Amino acid sequence: MLHYVLKRIGGAILVLVVVALIAFVLFRFVGDPINQMVGQDVSVADRERLRQMLGLDDSIVVQLARFLWNALHFDFGVSYQFKEKVTTLVAARFPATFELSLAASIFAIVVGIPVGAYTGIRPKALMSRAFMALSLIGVSLPTFLIGILLIYVFAVRLQWLPSYGRGETVQIGFWRTGFLTKSGLAALVMPSITLGLFQLTLIARLVRAEMLEVMRADFIRFARARGLSERAVNFRHALKNTLVPVVTIIGLQIGSIVAFSIITETVFQWPGMGLLFITSVQNADIPVMAAYLMMVAIIFVTINLTVDLLYLAIDPRIRLGSAQA
Amino acid sequence: MREAALPEAQVGIEGFQMKKTTVFMAFALGVALAMPAAPAAAVTFRHAFQGDLKGLDPYTLNETFTQAMLGNVYEGLTRRDANLKIVPGLAESWETPEPTRWRFHLRRGVKFAGGEPFTADDVIFSFDRVRQPESEFKTRVPSDARIEKIDDYTIDFVLARPNPTLPAEWDTWYILSKSWAEANGATNVQPATGAQLNAFALKSNGTGPYIITSHEPGVKTTFKKNPGWWGWKDAPGNVDEVVFTTIKQDATRVAALLSGELDMIEPVPVQDMQRVASNSTTDMLAGPELRTIHLFMDQKRDELKYSSVKGKNPFKDIRVRKAFYEAIDIEAIKTKVMRGMSTPAALLITPQLYSRAGEFKRLPYDPADAKKLLAEAGYPDGFELTMHCPNDRYVNDEQICLAVTSMLAKIGVKAKLEALPKAVFFGRAGLAGGYDTSFGMLGWTPSGFDSLNIFQNLTGCRDDKGNGSPFNYGGYCNPKVDALIPKISVETDPEKRLDYITQAYRMLTDDVSHIPLHQQALSWGVSKKVKLVQRADDILLYQWVVKSE
Repeated sequence: MLHYVLKRIGGAILVLVVVALIAFVLFRFVGDPINQMVGQDVSVADRERLRQMLGLDDSIVVQLARFLWNALHFDFGVSYQFKEKVTTLVAARFPATFELSLAASIFAIVVGIPVGAYTGIRPKALMSRAFMALSLIGVSLPTFLIGILLIYVFAVRLQWLPSYGRGETVQIGFWRTGFLTKSGLAALVMPSITLGLFQLTLIARLVRAEMLEVMRADFIRFARARGLSERAVNFRHALKNTLVPVVTIIGLQIGSIVAFSIITETVFQWPGMGLLFITSVQNADIPVMAAYLMMVAIIFVTINLTVDLLYLAIDPRIRLGSAQA
Repeated sequence: MREAALPEAQVGIEGFQMKKTTVFMAFALGVALAMPAAPAAAVTFRHAFQGDLKGLDPYTLNETFTQAMLGNVYEGLTRRDANLKIVPGLAESWETPEPTRWRFHLRRGVKFAGGEPFTADDVIFSFDRVRQPESEFKTRVPSDARIEKIDDYTIDFVLARPNPTLPAEWDTWYILSKSWAEANGATNVQPATGAQLNAFALKSNGTGPYIITSHEPGVKTTFKKNPGWWGWKDAPGNVDEVVFTTIKQDATRVAALLSGELDMIEPVPVQDMQRVASNSTTDMLAGPELRTIHLFMDQKRDELKYSSVKGKNPFKDIRVRKAFYEAIDIEAIKTKVMRGMSTPAALLITPQLYSRAGEFKRLPYDPADAKKLLAEAGYPDGFELTMHCPNDRYVNDEQICLAVTSMLAKIGVKAKLEALPKAVFFGRAGLAGGYDTSFGMLGWTPSGFDSLNIFQNLTGCRDDKGNGSPFNYGGYCNPKVDALIPKISVETDPEKRLDYITQAYRMLTDDVSHIPLHQQALSWGVSKKVKLVQRADDILLYQWVVKSE
């Protein structure tokens, strides 16, 4: 069992190193950071001096070693574009992304599960068909377009919701939250719907499929035979049994919500990490890119590691298998 | 002193709100007295731009947008008015007792936002600070110039040789407070690399009409009015607070203007200009910009790097360069690609900055003659080459290049377009990539608003290390043009100087050194509640913004 745990942790570290390597290779293709850093008139000699200061003229091996060493210490330096420590920048942007991801996940779960359950119980009802057709649109429309459509309808036409930004925020310690003000909550509506829509359709479809499966199972028929109310059969017995895979999927989707937030944050100018990342790519701001990529890698690796270890707790076969090995 | 050669009012671009701009100018210039009393409620002006305000040290980044934003907070010894004319700033007047000595009389009673009084010591401090190695404004002050303090409000700048354009560049050499910088550990310039961080990177302390109250890099910056500013008596603005936000997405930025959440956005993408102009609550302001977009051709290498022609460089032949020029239908680019939002250019400088520009005409669009020229040069069937363009730097840059490739196809030249993000493009086609290109597009605004900057940066001979003119991507070289540079830089007689400049442009156009395309239009979307001044250098100063509820 220890062997299994060590193997998983070793794998996780390997993934991080590979991500760092790939990131380093990518940085060589984002363009010249010096040119993005200085104005057009800066002399050749000054550009060379900056290049030396940043160590961009060292050999690739030296640069790689320095990058890996710093990445291991989570020392990403100072953002080229904003003249602020990358850790400070990312820490300032993280709450925005976290709150958006949270709101999007809640939206996806709170709407997705009932819709999935309903369409699973009454697959032939007109409403169910409408839901399924709509969900198809939700899956196939790109996030970008959904965001723009929402902005057009609710911000430009109806003028109910703000089209960009986070509204008023409140600083609590290191955390800047938008949950406590009216404008902060209003600003959250469209971005969370945009970000959560894909997850919503995924959850709804998954619940529906599971429900259809479960409704055919013997224990449901027995429950009906026992004369339980339709409500008890549907929700206490059927829905509950569908939730195990749904919860697994939701857990795994947390990572991709953070990843997808890049597009949503760009459309709504949501001041989170995704937007910071996009800006840093455009400006060849390598320290920020490195920090973001490493952070996303760590989020994914942690989630997967947790899931792997949970399996270990749930499934004795893994424990036994590794004991024999 | 030299006065920038500028027309009295801006030239408009057909179809768009020229009248409005003129009205705004009149507003700024003369209506200060007619202003109604300030309303009781605080007036907030909401402004959004596609890029970020990248740092607040006024000597770190020499870039229009940063200069513009910081121009609301800081002031130079001189300023530019709505027509870009140099007018007194922190200096009330200046004279040249001898050609190499400039005497500046400083304004009295001016205070920095932190309460420090402004004196000659602050100018001396700024003079030393701006010449530090990390400063991007080093060239604002000649490196061999000396400063002499006569008294607290009089200083002399002693130069090694005459410099007719000195005060013209000092509107963006912002003066900092010596005592504040010393108290806050900000006497050194914030390096562009961020290797060290100092207090001016994220804070500010100027003498100007506004004070930065908060700055979240890349998110939001807020300004509040500095009621003690000396210049309010001539400035019509009534804005108490400014909220500046970055909005990267074109569609979102336009939506936020249309929905009334913002008072002003820049830029409005070309495809949305009509919509912003026709909307009942917004207007489009589209005067011509100072930047000139041009095409460069590699005339330096003996063999083009990206072409089917081997063993020689076709661009070394003036007939080929001329053929490329004549193949370009600039009117089609203007109407089809730019939707009218451009002014075709015959020179590498806008006519607004060069009074004799009218003497120059573009080569005519003449594909038949272009084909003939190519045949004479030995390419009757044309040839193939690759064109490199940025795709996120200038208005419709990629589409313009695409149009150019299809126009070249008509004379038999098969140009393959490689459109790259700006960071990659400049990294490759520029000095950092060793000018790794054969043909492509670049835009240039002469800083200091003077032709000399063009001859120094864009058209002079250069080596592979960029010594000479580093932005001469094509490596065009004519020593006779270069020989005029020293003459232009010291000539104090304006007529003679203009004559030298004209000689240089004449040689450049005769050589077809570059292919000038156009000046793109400024594209500001403005709420109808707001009256403001659109300066051709794309700088918005909040002191001229009047907002009605």
